[in-house]
This record gives sequence, structure tokens and C-alpha cells, in this order.
Amino acid sequence: MDTIQKYKEVFINHLQVTEDQLSTLTYQSVSTWDSVGHMGLMANLEDAFDIMLDTDDIIDFSSYVKGKEILAKYDVKL
Amino acid sequence: MVIINGFNQYSNNKLAICDDGRILYYSDFNVFDNQFKAKTKTRSLAFCFCKNTPASLFGYLGMISNKVVPIMLDAKLEAQLRTTLFEIYTPTYIWLPSDMVGEFKAGTEVFSWESYTLLTFDSSNSKPLHPDLALLFATSGSTGSPKLVRISYENLLSNANSIAEYLSIDENERPITALPMNYSFGLSIINSHLIKGATLLLTDKSVMEKGFWELLKSGKATSLSGVPYTFEMLSMLRFFKMELPHLKTLTQAGGKLNLKYTNEFAAFCHTMGKRFFVMYGQTEATARMAYLPNEYAVAKAGSMGIAIPGGEFWLIDHQKQIIQEPEVVGELVYRGKNVSMGYAEGINDLAKADENNGILYTGDMAKRDAEGFYYIVGRNKRFIKLFGNRVNLDETEQILKNMVPECACVGVDDQMVIYITEPTQTENVINYISGKTGINPKAFSVKCIDTIPKNPSGKTLYAQLANQ
Repeated sequence: MDTIQKYKEVFINHLQVTEDQLSTLTYQSVSTWDSVGHMGLMANLEDAFDIMLDTDDIIDFSSYVKGKEILAKYDVKL
Repeated sequence: MVIINGFNQYSNNKLAICDDGRILYYSDFNVFDNQFKAKTKTRSLAFCFCKNTPASLFGYLGMISNKVVPIMLDAKLEAQLRTTLFEIYTPTYIWLPSDMVGEFKAGTEVFSWESYTLLTFDSSNSKPLHPDLALLFATSGSTGSPKLVRISYENLLSNANSIAEYLSIDENERPITALPMNYSFGLSIINSHLIKGATLLLTDKSVMEKGFWELLKSGKATSLSGVPYTFEMLSMLRFFKMELPHLKTLTQAGGKLNLKYTNEFAAFCHTMGKRFFVMYGQTEATARMAYLPNEYAVAKAGSMGIAIPGGEFWLIDHQKQIIQEPEVVGELVYRGKNVSMGYAEGINDLAKADENNGILYTGDMAKRDAEGFYYIVGRNKRFIKLFGNRVNLDETEQILKNMVPECACVGVDDQMVIYITEPTQTENVINYISGKTGINPKAFSVKCIDTIPKNPSGKTLYAQLANQ
């Protein structure tokens, strides 16, 4: 599976959203992405890409789009 | 008698630092208080829709000051549950975020301050309020339960004083608000600091948001309080690697923290010269009943501690006899001036006098060790905590019965299991209950079974559910 597809699927599976919602998806824009959902989302991304996110990146991870920038810092090319 | 009586001596102190950088002084509240008083009638009932903002805070304090009695509610409470509560309690006032004003069309706007508006309603149906009654908390806030806890002015003051005493709170403290003020634990942090002239770092953001940490750092927060889930989030946020020299105290309540985290935080705080307090309480006791003194945080990890100053515990067996021996499990009973007046299930109950006489049967099963420290081992009431929200299982069933007439709810903290008999409804049930309660769907799982086991009189046999 290519990396972008893997990235998308973490969101789709964990936050129970559809692919067409992703581009505008932000923290608290859906009921599943609250602080509880955020913690699980970060853990799932760490597992999927075998990375360890820094605190600043976890709390800065405010949208699907922003997350791509953040993962780039960990050499995850999306 | 009331929380705000000492404010005059703190006029020049900062009351709050907000996440937009604004500073509010204790003298600012006095200005607000005078305006608010002119618009409200003392001894009337109000809804206070809470957020951690200056307007929400000042509205609450203004009501206490003017002896208006607020029902403390979450501003995010689902619309239909909000309407139901309104119809049951017919408040004279609602203090709410101005963008919600349109939802209460029968109201008249009488006062606005910053982002909040005071609505007044026809009070011809209002009922007398007991003179001691200060405010009301929901027993199960997220399910919109009409069952409220009646808190007196003496309850508020005695609990705030006890907490300030055992945490050694003074005017130099700067706690950051990580919990909502409609939640008894969240409000106890506010009250116990304001009686000492301390400064709140006021934010509605969660520990998962950048703005929270910016305020914590720029405002030099001295303490952080959370429910078990907060501490799991802190652990994930690599809290142990953060440099927070001003943060001297961590307090945890609102459910039993997993022992792994208790040990980690206790050891970390011990090494770093910070204080870590595990605490225990219930809304029925205003908030706090017990704390584990910091010096025992490591040695007695897993214990809920000892009674707060002015309080007392004992354990009783099935025959209501007092258990004398250590290490024997019984129901935990508490006595103290912070024990609430009782419950209210409707407007007529608001005139009732104190029914508890300072004694609370907690419904929690506990044991005491030989040195007098208490340990919670279970709970015999039908409620669980979901990410810090107390949720009544029977009320959840009532809400769900609108969709699935046959259902039964059980579970442990942070995981409710809903048994249904209609397999096609599994996903709908989760979406529905998550939408109603505003709690993340991950807290709920659904199991489909053939029939819900019941006794001949129709009562659900919860113990048999696991065997289905």
C-alpha cells in the first residue's frame, strides 16, 4: 500500500469518516475527533508509520492537511 | 459565608489570566457583580451554561454573590436534553453563550457581558428555594439527567477551605483549568483557589491542544488537575520529558487511575521535586472527600488516601455494622460539612431541607489498611465514568429505548457495553448515544444477544448478561 493511502486509512478507520471528508477534516470538526479521538489517532499513526511523535507535533496536529506537513518531518513522504 | 466574601481583600490580585492573554483582577469582578445584581432577583433559579471563559465564571460568581441558584450545565449539552431540563425546572434566568440565545425563544434578553447573555423567563411558575441552597450539579451531566445534587453555601465553603488547607493553597498559586466548571471537581479547583486570592489560568482547551500548553507556559501554571484520562493523555504527550519548572503540583481525581500511571506519575513527581496528589470524591459531597498526602504518593500508590480536614470515613458491612478490622471490604461512608443536602428530581424538591445530615453512603466498596489508608475496590451503584464524565447506566438505557426498546447497559470506566437484540441497529446505537452524550464513540461497544435476561417482574438481570 502506498504511504498516502495508509495515511488516509488511519483517519478513515479511526475517526469513522469517508474519504471525501478528509481534505477539510480538522480537530473537533467531527464528533469522533475530540481529545479522546486525537490520542488514538496519534497512536495509530505512530504504529502505522513506526514513528514517535514529539509533544509539539501531537498538539499541533490540528487537521488532516497539517498532519501531512508534520509527518514529513519524520521522513514520511505523502 | 460564601465563596466571594473575601474578594475585597484581594482587589489588586489577578483573578484570571485568559488564553487570549487578557488579565482579570478581583476588582473587575466587583464591577461585574454590581451590574449583574441590578439585573437579577435574589433567590431565583437559573441555568448556567458553562465554559471555561471569563463570562461563564463571572456569571457563576455573580449568582453566588446575589444568591441566585444556578443549575450548572455544560454549554455543549445536546439540544433536546437541554430543552427537557428547561421544561422540568422552568428557570427564571439562563446565563448562556450569546450564540445560543436563539434556542430559548421565550426568553427576554436583560443583560450581556462579553460573549454571554442573561435571559429572563416568565417566573409565575417558580417555586420556593430552600434558603441554604447555593447551587445544583447534575448527577450524570452528559445524559441530561434531571436528577441533581443540592449543594448548600456551607457545603461550598467548607469543601473549598478543606481543599485549600491540605493542598496549602495561597495567593501565589496559578492552577490551569483542564476541567469544566459544571463538573464538581472542576468547580472545586476554582472555589478553593478564589477563596485564597489565587490566579486561575482560564482556558476551555484540552491538554491535546497547543493553546492549552501555551497558556500553561506563559502563565507559569503552578498546578494541573485531571481525571484518569487526562493523565493517560499527559503520558502520551511525553509529559515526563517536558521542562515545566513552575508546575509544582499535580492532582488527580474523578475515578481510579490505572496503577501503572499512578506509579509513573508518583515516581516522576518524587524525582522532580513536584507534588502528586491522588484524591477521591463525589458530587454528592460537593467534590472532595479524600486525598493521599504527597509524602505517601509512592509508598501508598493505589490508595485513595485519608479523609480531608474536617471529614471522617468508616466502612460498614451488609448488616450496616461498622467494620473495625483492617483489610476488610465494606461500603465506604463519609461524614463532613461538605455532604450535600440531597437530590432533586424536580422543581418541588428545591424547597427541601438537608436530608443527609452530613453523612454520605458513597456506594463505593473500599478497604482500609492497618495504617488507616483507604483503597477503593469496587462500586455498587449503577454508574460508570467515561473519560471523566459520570454516566448513569439506567438513564443511558432510557435514552436508548427510544431507538431499541430491548437494551441493557453495563460496563467499566471508559468502556460501556450496550446489549441489544436487533443486530441491524449496532452502528446506529453507537452513533445515537455518542451524539446524545457528546462522548467519543470509542467509549461504547454493542453486543447483540437473543434476549435480554429478566426476572419475572421484568427487571433486567445484569449479572447474567455476561453469560449470554
